[in-house]
Amino acid sequence: MQFSKVPGQKNQHKVVLYALSTCAWCKMTKQFLEDNDVEFEYVYVDLCEEEDKQKIRQHIQSKGGPLSYPTIIVDDNVLITGFRKDKLTEALEL
Amino acid sequence: MTKITLEMVRQRAEADARTYGYYLNPDPKFLQSLLEGLKRNEERYGYPSCPCRLASGKFEFDRDIICPCDYRDPDVTEFGACYCALYVRKDVHEGKTELEPVPERRPMEKQSKAYNVAAAKEEAKATSEVKPKLMYCKQCGYVVFRDDPPYTCPICKAKKEMFAEIKTRTDFTG
Repeated sequence: MQFSKVPGQKNQHKVVLYALSTCAWCKMTKQFLEDNDVEFEYVYVDLCEEEDKQKIRQHIQSKGGPLSYPTIIVDDNVLITGFRKDKLTEALEL
Repeated sequence: MTKITLEMVRQRAEADARTYGYYLNPDPKFLQSLLEGLKRNEERYGYPSCPCRLASGKFEFDRDIICPCDYRDPDVTEFGACYCALYVRKDVHEGKTELEPVPERRPMEKQSKAYNVAAAKEEAKATSEVKPKLMYCKQCGYVVFRDDPPYTCPICKAKKEMFAEIKTRTDFTG
């Protein structure tokens, strides 16, 4: 699976963003992370091969999340569904 | 095939919002982004499936998430916006109510199909029974053929409770 990496000064957490290339909420989440100088990696699920889609599904569901996008997983532990500034701010200590 | 333009997508959404008494998202940048997503989906799948949901690319499996999706009416009523927030309620449009992410209402069994299209096809073949049924609106007579009645009648706006199944029978006794 090809993740795109976005560099940032705030790199104390491992931030993974699962997004859709067409989704406006995903776009806002990505912008929010960039604006806050957070280092993260993202992948557009709709552009993935089916095999990878299944892996993503398993990853999200193993963390107890619904299959909604954007899904942000912080340190492979905290899962945030949807563009939630409050939760992102808390989890990423912004 | 005619080229899909952003203007076409916008006009279609505006016309639909007017018909149902909804509004489009008041944030111009956000709205633009949603319309671009719809356009992209129509280009790659042949139908404008929800920009914020993972589509299978197969019409039968995505039918319920083609915009305006089957879940829009209950979501706008309950949360003030549909899942992707293209359509919003009047109070949201006027800025009186702040939007929160709308939880997914689409059943998991339908969502799953987008992650494994081959398995979904096999399953569809195995269960050959026809699930959709004929239903009519008791208020205006509008007839639909689908799994469940619509949330509201698209013709007279009657609630889904007003729909009743049409029992078809083969009876030759006269």
